[in-house]
Amino acid sequence: MNAPTEFSHNRRDFLKASGALVVSVAMAGLSADALAQTGSAGKPPLVPGELDSWVAVLKDGSIAAYFGKIDMGHCLDVAIAQIVAEELDVAFERVTVYMGDTATSCNQGGASGSFGISAGAKPLRHAAAEARRILVAAASTHLGVPVGQLAVADGVVSGGGKRISYGELIGGKYFNAKVEWNRKVGNFMDIKVQAKLKSPADYKVVGKPFRRRDVVNKVFGTMDWITEISVPGMVHARVIRPVIAGSVPLKVDDAALRSIGDARVVRASNFLAVVASKEWDAVRAAQALKVEWSAATNPFPVMEKLHDHIRAAKVEKSEQRVKIGDVEGAFRTAARIIEAEYEWPFQSHASMGPACAVADVKKDSATIWTGSQKPHYTRDGVAELIGLPAEQVRGIWVMGPGSYGRNDGGDAALDAAFLSKLTGLPVRVQGMRADGTAWDPKGPASVHRARAALDASGKVIAYEYISKGFSRVNIATNEADPSDSLVGQELGMPLKPVMGYGTPEESYGFANKRLAWETIAPLLARSSPLRTSHLRDPVGPDIHFGSEQFIDELAAAVGEDPVAFRLRYVTAPRDAAVIRAAAAKAGWQSRPSPGPRHAGDILAGRGIAYAQRNGTVVATVAEVEVDRRTGRIWAKKVTVAHDCGIIVNPEGLRYAIEGNVVHGLSRTLMEEVRFDRNSVTSVDWASYPILEIQDAPESIEVALINHPEIAPSGAGEPTIRTIPAAVANAFFDATGIRLRRAPMTPARVLAAIAAASA
Amino acid sequence: MATIVKFTVDGKARSVKVDDPAMPLLYALRDDLKMKAPHFGCGVAQCGACTVHVDGEAVRSCVLPVTAVKGKQVTTIHGLGTPQQPHPLQTAFVEEQVPQCGYCVNGWMMTAAAFLKKKPKASDGEIREALAGLKCRCGTHVSIMRAIKRAQKQMA
Repeated sequence: MNAPTEFSHNRRDFLKASGALVVSVAMAGLSADALAQTGSAGKPPLVPGELDSWVAVLKDGSIAAYFGKIDMGHCLDVAIAQIVAEELDVAFERVTVYMGDTATSCNQGGASGSFGISAGAKPLRHAAAEARRILVAAASTHLGVPVGQLAVADGVVSGGGKRISYGELIGGKYFNAKVEWNRKVGNFMDIKVQAKLKSPADYKVVGKPFRRRDVVNKVFGTMDWITEISVPGMVHARVIRPVIAGSVPLKVDDAALRSIGDARVVRASNFLAVVASKEWDAVRAAQALKVEWSAATNPFPVMEKLHDHIRAAKVEKSEQRVKIGDVEGAFRTAARIIEAEYEWPFQSHASMGPACAVADVKKDSATIWTGSQKPHYTRDGVAELIGLPAEQVRGIWVMGPGSYGRNDGGDAALDAAFLSKLTGLPVRVQGMRADGTAWDPKGPASVHRARAALDASGKVIAYEYISKGFSRVNIATNEADPSDSLVGQELGMPLKPVMGYGTPEESYGFANKRLAWETIAPLLARSSPLRTSHLRDPVGPDIHFGSEQFIDELAAAVGEDPVAFRLRYVTAPRDAAVIRAAAAKAGWQSRPSPGPRHAGDILAGRGIAYAQRNGTVVATVAEVEVDRRTGRIWAKKVTVAHDCGIIVNPEGLRYAIEGNVVHGLSRTLMEEVRFDRNSVTSVDWASYPILEIQDAPESIEVALINHPEIAPSGAGEPTIRTIPAAVANAFFDATGIRLRRAPMTPARVLAAIAAASA
Repeated sequence: MATIVKFTVDGKARSVKVDDPAMPLLYALRDDLKMKAPHFGCGVAQCGACTVHVDGEAVRSCVLPVTAVKGKQVTTIHGLGTPQQPHPLQTAFVEEQVPQCGYCVNGWMMTAAAFLKKKPKASDGEIREALAGLKCRCGTHVSIMRAIKRAQKQMA
């Protein structure tokens, strides 16, 4: 959706087509049974307990499905269309999925935790099945043929020599049928229905590859991203954030703006922006404005001492997630103890473009167009910020320039809404590059301590893994509360930070085992460019960079092949299966790491890592080349085995996995937010380098394991958590050297090689 | 003082009133001419999302002053091809389902199109070198290589 060339025009057409503006239509064609459930001919309120909130049969017999999540190019809308088509017994092509608009969908939590299919599809599936049940019952009455003798093919109900289509039965009208909402809001919103669901054995549409619907418009330049949304009378804004973290504007001199079109300053408390009719005028006004900022307070440690700061910092909160047996007792009996520490940096979303949003705030209503991946929560935050009831604010998600978590999208939306309120004009905010790199919420830096006890035979008798770092939710994962946004913090709203982290997700059956996390206070509490929140697979790559390297360190300590060692200890059969599948697909040769030493400048090695994530399990084999002259690590070939239960769309799944691999390689090899005592100095792609095409793998091989009997789990994030350790283990295999600090940059590789040969 | 800068965009004569001669071409294309395809990604020529062709050469429109294209031919992705008459790269990018968020895809196709015109039989290594500097945050690089190789075959 949201690909119209003339946005407002098409949106109106859509509302008409979807029936929202249809107020009086005769109910002819509906059965007495269905009619008994109809109240008025108008659309029932948009609440989860109404079937019409989820699915509609349009006049032409096509199907509209209303999805309270969004798709960022991972084929999720296609999978939803498949699932709806399957349960309704209509052709896939007939189903259109409308996403992320608070006027047409319930709050299913937006993009979150790879729950798009595993949780997000459930109410849609249930609604489609219920719609089919009601339609078949109506057809039975209409045709005078018992339900048991009716069959549905592509939206046509037939039996006893008679037939009627869904469109003829209800097209353009409403079901007015109640469904039982589970009272949950967000990811786990679901409905209970009378209809019986189809058995996966009977699937015809689910499990087949279907192509994405947004690709053609993206390739021919005919799509509107959030950056293309335009509202009549709109002005352009740039928000000015302090050069020095934590400082506030003392004096603003706008003399330089007099020669820049109609550019002017808009300021409220510590929130500072410029607006202008022309976008370039807003850009140069922001550059020209003279601001005197309050003095620096040196909130940040020296960057090279960041991990020492984390080690020394007071633990504010901790949680022991797994405690099995008597870990301390087992360590006292150990024949051998192995210990290691791993370090992970702050990382930036650094989305492809800085975030953009358009807001049109009127006296008693408002519309916010946002690229934030949780538009219902964005709506809530905007409503609170501008002082309107949530139901008078409409949030419309439009494809943004990337979103893999709580990036700068939410901040841009609240900035735009606040500026629209202050100016009384529709306002478009787009960040400059630094707003997307220096000022987005960050993935938290961390230190991970691992130790294991081995008995005399080399068996692991105790294992402990403790992660210590900044909170993954210093600001919330969505912007429903303005105090979690930069504008809210600049306006002095009370802060509500939360502490949270995570532990490894695996099934290693060590007899004594402890997995725990500890979090520390943020470096700067308010308006910090190093505030932390969710970045794709929050803390997953970070934790498993250490934990899956440590498993390899144990295998190496006992001289065992890394695959065989894992298979010795994993207890979940699906875990063992993905490890075997990845090894088989990669042609893994069983031998301990490191491999035999070779002369020459290019050293080759292979490594494996595996992890679970919310029901999905992934194993990855990385084959790398290390150039000992330059320190470059090239992951030449990456092989992923992936089990997420039943596969809805194998083609979409492969692309989602490939993206995970490359994003993971970038974060493993290159990405680290740089800062000095007073500011984040990663402001663009030169100061925050990411992986480019020279360093992309030559090939990514994917082995998909399909389990039609197991409910689907996520695929947007699980793979990425296996990438860092797979690469680090391959580096060790190639060089015999452990790199326990990410990113594994050429400088660190060269230093490690020099230290090893000294 | 405002000046009028005339140039062609995708074969059509266009003119833009320019207040600041330093204004990058990107703002003329997007804000004045309402062209959607070239995107703002960085503003410092580090990502390629804004790439257009000027007289056949791939350039980063976010740093090129609009005054520098006076009298020149600017081509955007719309001028590269249409669904009815697609450029082989566009066909290949659809076939390989390349874009995820898709914000960067303009830069990859425009840069690759200008390069393949000069060197249709480029090797994998040469292609990678020619595309250095372009960014993709969704990690579609492997499918980009597949698509370019597919387009090369079609163009051969």
